[in-house]
Amino acid sequence: MTAAADLPRDGAELRGEALHARLSRTWDTPGDLYARLATVDHKIVGQRYIVTAFAFLLLGGVLALIMRTQLATPDSGLISADRYNQIFSMHGTTMMFLFAVPMGEAMAIYLIPLMLGTRNISFPRLNAFSYWVYLAGGIMIWVAFLLNVGPETGWFSYVPLAGPEYSAGKRTDFWAQMITFTEVSALATSVSLIASILKQRAPGMAIGRMPLFAWAMLVTSLMVVFAMPAVMLASSFLIADRLVGTQFYNPTEGGDALLWQHLFWFFGHPEVYIIFIPGLGFVSQITETFCRRPVFAYPVMVLAMVSIGLLAFGLWVHHMFATGLPRVGYSFYTAASMMIALPSGLQIFCWIATMWLGRPRFDAPLLWVLAFIVTFVMGGLTGVMVASVPLDLQLHDTYFIVAHFHYVLIGGMVFPLLGAITYWFPKITGRLMHEPLGKATVALGFVGFHTAFFPMHVTGILGMPRRVYTYPAGMGWDTLNLVSSIGAFLFAAAILLFVLNILWSLRRGRPAGPDPWAAPTLEWATSSPPAPYNFPHIPVVTGHAPLWDEPGDLPVMTGLRVDDRELLLTTVMDADPEGREASALPSIWPLIAAIATTILFIGSIFTPWAVVWGAIPAAAALIAWFWPKSGDVPPEPVIE
Amino acid sequence: MMRGWRFTGDAAPLPTHAFGTASLTWWGVVGFMLIEGTGFALAIASYFFLMAQEKQWPSGALPPDLLWGTIATVVMLLSELPNIWLKRMAEAERIGPVRAGLVIVALFGVALLVIRGFEFAHLNIGWDRNAYASILWALLLLHTVHLLTDFVDTVVLAALMFTPHGLEGRRFVDTSENALYWHFVVLSWLVIYAIIYWVPRLG
Repeated sequence: MTAAADLPRDGAELRGEALHARLSRTWDTPGDLYARLATVDHKIVGQRYIVTAFAFLLLGGVLALIMRTQLATPDSGLISADRYNQIFSMHGTTMMFLFAVPMGEAMAIYLIPLMLGTRNISFPRLNAFSYWVYLAGGIMIWVAFLLNVGPETGWFSYVPLAGPEYSAGKRTDFWAQMITFTEVSALATSVSLIASILKQRAPGMAIGRMPLFAWAMLVTSLMVVFAMPAVMLASSFLIADRLVGTQFYNPTEGGDALLWQHLFWFFGHPEVYIIFIPGLGFVSQITETFCRRPVFAYPVMVLAMVSIGLLAFGLWVHHMFATGLPRVGYSFYTAASMMIALPSGLQIFCWIATMWLGRPRFDAPLLWVLAFIVTFVMGGLTGVMVASVPLDLQLHDTYFIVAHFHYVLIGGMVFPLLGAITYWFPKITGRLMHEPLGKATVALGFVGFHTAFFPMHVTGILGMPRRVYTYPAGMGWDTLNLVSSIGAFLFAAAILLFVLNILWSLRRGRPAGPDPWAAPTLEWATSSPPAPYNFPHIPVVTGHAPLWDEPGDLPVMTGLRVDDRELLLTTVMDADPEGREASALPSIWPLIAAIATTILFIGSIFTPWAVVWGAIPAAAALIAWFWPKSGDVPPEPVIE
Repeated sequence: MMRGWRFTGDAAPLPTHAFGTASLTWWGVVGFMLIEGTGFALAIASYFFLMAQEKQWPSGALPPDLLWGTIATVVMLLSELPNIWLKRMAEAERIGPVRAGLVIVALFGVALLVIRGFEFAHLNIGWDRNAYASILWALLLLHTVHLLTDFVDTVVLAALMFTPHGLEGRRFVDTSENALYWHFVVLSWLVIYAIIYWVPRLG
């Protein structure tokens, strides 16, 4: 097949300003409302995702502060038991489903195509659809909460508590459909990310040369693919039990409450790694750049992430030690749970070795990494402790567990995320964040976090159970709780400082230029913020650290059409150029399809028939989405 | 400071569409097959989990009648003949046979949906009777959603191939991947058929 010679392409004749003008016409998102709603630019969708997920972090944080205010003193009458149930359920739900998982994907949607040297994410309309569905699900559950029909049975909604008998009304149905919204969205984005990472890498970026963040997102996305169907199935069974009288979880009719726990934790444990593996990716990129050398033992890092991904599916039962299981089951899941410390530990040593061998520059992003290492190691140690059954039975459902998973999740994901935002902020906005303020934020955040959560280990050992709305005086928990509450407010103050820094830096931050950190990966080879088409020419990679390997002019490949949105596809292992493929143009239909899907999902909370009549507009929107439009750019003639 | 560029290769001679792993569409379809395959696997695991809790299986009912399920299986297997042929014709980029193949596969889809209606009517138990009934209906419904989705896909694609848009290379890729997805629908049915019709008859 030969290319039509008269089509405009980048190359020696078309470069510089002329190329910029031509590519901008093809790839730009104009400023009018319609164009903004129809955009499929991964950078715009990614930014929306990041801002939305961050907003949910703040909302979930406010709920945490309300709980800490209530628990600061014994016998507090600030909020009722029922309200408290909804608040802790919403806190967990918001943080897990609306902040942590979407945030990892959000950062990837923005960064991965830039790191890989391509013009857009694959299936960009699916990706836009994913955002709208996520937004709709988040708004739905928060509106329900504000209308007093928020979830009330915890972020994991155990049956029978969440079943039709004990959770009357629509509260749990809203929760179950929130699951459907967020999982549809996460699954769609994961498929886009997997295809992008495997097929759209710059020529020469063999799979063994990918940035570690790309590896992290490949593992994460594959985990989403295999884990999220479990929770969708579980919540569909739940809503069916509640709405149409199925008996999946009803023990009097042959159902089993433990079926819920198995399905939920088959998803729920990998979920933890789905949340923090992107964090490992952030840490690796930051460590590399600020230590000015490639991460020590790249193959070990990759294998560690892959083995965490695999092991994560073998230890869900450790959440169920208290349900009564066969003894051999205990031993197996204890061993698997302890084993996960090995790859995690290897990575920690590799980062430390990178710092030891490199020339570290202790800017705010690297300080967040240090905060991560200390905190995450502590969380990992308590993790190994509760992997052992006798200890777990003692500590189950106490504040010790609350301390453990906040160390792992905030230490493992939030600290790296704040570092990552500081690190990539100049790429996204063209301006640097305020560095001294950034350093102060790390210090305050670190102190606040440990003040809040360290005492909870002790509170838990002293026997205070989780999810109680208040406690009597004289149990020996009073001071510890007060200290935790003070720490929570300090940590919140650090988050507030971070937000203020962002707002200030958006306007006043020091202009960054394309590569303010002298970083090695491809996203720093283009302007800040990047042009709508990402790169004028497609970069060619010759090693692990493309920008360090090629200190002078960057090798590039030319020849993509500039009058159509075209991507360069490369082979999965070696990234040899394989083909050019058209990338979808902007379309309003993903938004319309998301609205139709939203009507279907929300309708199905009230009547099962919504699934039937709601499917018709949804299907119509999907067909319109796929149907080629007359205004589309004509393809190269291949069929005569 | 932006770096300069050094031209080292030209992508212009590369093809603009390809089949199998060389196309993004293939990866998208495989991604969704993995997701849905995981869903099937977990639903099947739930079936056996619930079965293990029961002394009698099926509890409180006769197994589903064999007739309609078996007819569905035979028709499903027969549909693979035109489907395999369609996939080959798509990869040979022959528009005439592709149009004919899509229409034939779509007609098989109609037949299978009608048969599926009879299957639901012969399950011998309502979904709300007990956990056995619920998981039985869930498995059949889950598969029906896939049947319906791929039927609609096939109809839309068939319509598209009769328009001038059908003369683009990437539409042949779409046809080929649609045929791949049909393989998935048929294969997953064979497993589900064995479970819902034959497992209750083994004990």
